[in-house]
Amino acid sequence: MPATPRTLLEKIWEDHLVCAPDGQQPILYVDRHLVHEVTSPQAFAGLRAAGRRIRRPEATFATPDHNVPTTDRRLPIVDAISKQQIDTLRTNCQDFGVRLFDLDDADQGIVHVIGPELGITQPGMTIVCGDSHTATHGALGALAFGIGTSEVEHVLATQTLRQSKPRSFEVRVNGSLHAGITAKDLVLFLIGKLSTEGGTGFVIEYTGPCIRALSMEERMTVCNMSIEAGARAGMIAPDSVTFDYLRGRDFVPADFEAAVAGWKLLPSDSGAVYDRVEIFNGEQVVPQVTWGTNPAQVVGIDGAVPDPAELATPSDRESGARALEYMGLSSGRKIVDIRLDRVFIGSCTNSRIEDLRAAAAVVRGYQVSPNVAAMVVPGSGRVKRQAEQEGLARVFTEAGFEWREAGCSMCLGMNPDTLAPGERCASTSNRNFEGRQGKGGRTHLVSPAMAAAAAISGCFVDIRQWHYR
Amino acid sequence: MQPFTTHTGCVVPLDRANVDTDQIIPKQFLKRIERTGFGEFLFFDWRCLADGSSNPDFELNKPEYKGASILLARRNFGCGSSREHAPWALADYGFRVVIAPTFADIFFSNCFQNGMLPIQLDEQHVDELFQRAARPPYRLHIDLHACRLSDDAGFAQPFAIDAFRRTCLLAGTDSIGLSLEHIDQIAAWETAHGLTAPLLDSTLGNSQR
Ligand code: SF4
Repeated sequence: MPATPRTLLEKIWEDHLVCAPDGQQPILYVDRHLVHEVTSPQAFAGLRAAGRRIRRPEATFATPDHNVPTTDRRLPIVDAISKQQIDTLRTNCQDFGVRLFDLDDADQGIVHVIGPELGITQPGMTIVCGDSHTATHGALGALAFGIGTSEVEHVLATQTLRQSKPRSFEVRVNGSLHAGITAKDLVLFLIGKLSTEGGTGFVIEYTGPCIRALSMEERMTVCNMSIEAGARAGMIAPDSVTFDYLRGRDFVPADFEAAVAGWKLLPSDSGAVYDRVEIFNGEQVVPQVTWGTNPAQVVGIDGAVPDPAELATPSDRESGARALEYMGLSSGRKIVDIRLDRVFIGSCTNSRIEDLRAAAAVVRGYQVSPNVAAMVVPGSGRVKRQAEQEGLARVFTEAGFEWREAGCSMCLGMNPDTLAPGERCASTSNRNFEGRQGKGGRTHLVSPAMAAAAAISGCFVDIRQWHYR
Repeated sequence: MQPFTTHTGCVVPLDRANVDTDQIIPKQFLKRIERTGFGEFLFFDWRCLADGSSNPDFELNKPEYKGASILLARRNFGCGSSREHAPWALADYGFRVVIAPTFADIFFSNCFQNGMLPIQLDEQHVDELFQRAARPPYRLHIDLHACRLSDDAGFAQPFAIDAFRRTCLLAGTDSIGLSLEHIDQIAAWETAHGLTAPLLDSTLGNSQR
């Protein structure tokens, strides 16, 4: 009898199921655990208090990223509490035997950028981190999701997690993207359609020709924002794009081709059944700009700020009205008429080399608008060095952008990189929540190319009409 | 963990959807390395005006809602960041129960790790509670044994909750301890997947680190 067809999610789930004790949540084995300075100190403190050790320190990797300065790394950290948090990570990694990519390490960077970049992230793995954008790693065909600090402690102590089996959600994207349309536009478009809670309780698997045509880094951008649609994880079946990306990276298996042979068995079988399916077409996607305070409040560049009264549900109307007040916008305002004060290119969504290449291509030969302060924060030390070698850094600095060290930076503004109250920012990050980039700051989420064009023009422009020099 | 069995307390209505964890506890307060002391920063940007003074219009600041221990909100409560600082701040402030039509996944499970009960109730009943809570003080009684919430004026509703999570809450179980009872099965899984040799040799491949 032929085996029942299974989805990618089911294959990884079943392979990692340790046991499902009677009346309890199943126990799932965790292959890789990524740790950063903000959500881990209380977990290590808990281990110490209980006299426990880490079950598999070799499967745990740490880096400081959220709370680190992006200015000169040789200078001491000014904020004493930030310094204490970073020092605590250092001590914890030392005491418990965890590999740390410290601030002075050439490979330090945003945890979701360095995982794939170093080959720590691999197809078929279960990967967790005390951070909701862990979904990023699903782009390589892993089951990767964010957890809370108590769960971080649970994983450290047991190398497992209590998890109820999530439901599967196929988001199929047919067709292809038009020229100038990026993975960021695609994912913002999808979130706009699915809503901020459309994916709650599900793991999304992105399928279809439009997804298959994306590069590895573009796939990461898509999976990264799955959480913004409420899904805890997003994943894309591994294929030759995945294998070519991983080949030769630091932490991949020694017998790489043998590993590839195993990974080729991972994609969902034909006939596998998902709990839910939605189908979209890539041709519908235009450059996207968020107008509100959640990522589903998004519209095309050729559109205008909507009238909250015309939104679908009471919740949407209430959120929409509140968002317009916070954002200082009125309905009917054309997106291309919105002027910016700041531009931020960075974050685990859009700080990889392809993102910086796309932004630099727009910037080349232009100057940043005198009304705009713009910065580029590469996702990792490696991305930074490569951008410098390729001459991208010079394109940015000559145009008037600040060029920084790797970290989360103004994606959440825990470090000194923040918006002032009322400042309006075009940002390549993933959250436009109230105060996310600084109390009173107003964030519009866009692609790197759109952010770069906004920096030059001082307002949003349709990247499809950009004159590249 | 503090067990949760029954609870009676006053309700504060927060009539907003998509309350994200960045609002529950803004990032500037995530630098602490302890689990405690976050209560004073709960909803900080909403509770405080630009000059640092208390915002009289924000629900939690109104005298009639002082001492409330049950938070009532709209859809998709706790969306966004995975920061467990959000339930820590709610608990530290004095909340034991959050009621909403839907919750974001990570926030939802983080609550249970901290002896806090998130109750998912259909939109129509949440609406009714909003109407009742508009006349403070409005008290609700929650009985986790019976999975039921009620007031003194005739409102009574059962609520659904995962059986395992309920048992853990009722007993205040240390979930790590509970999982460590299965350590033999965890070790067996590792053996079956070739992980008995030091991981560095078997799967970390060609790294020379
Ligand atoms: S870049 Fe932003 S979203 Fe990504 S991990 Fe850092 S803070 Fe979180």
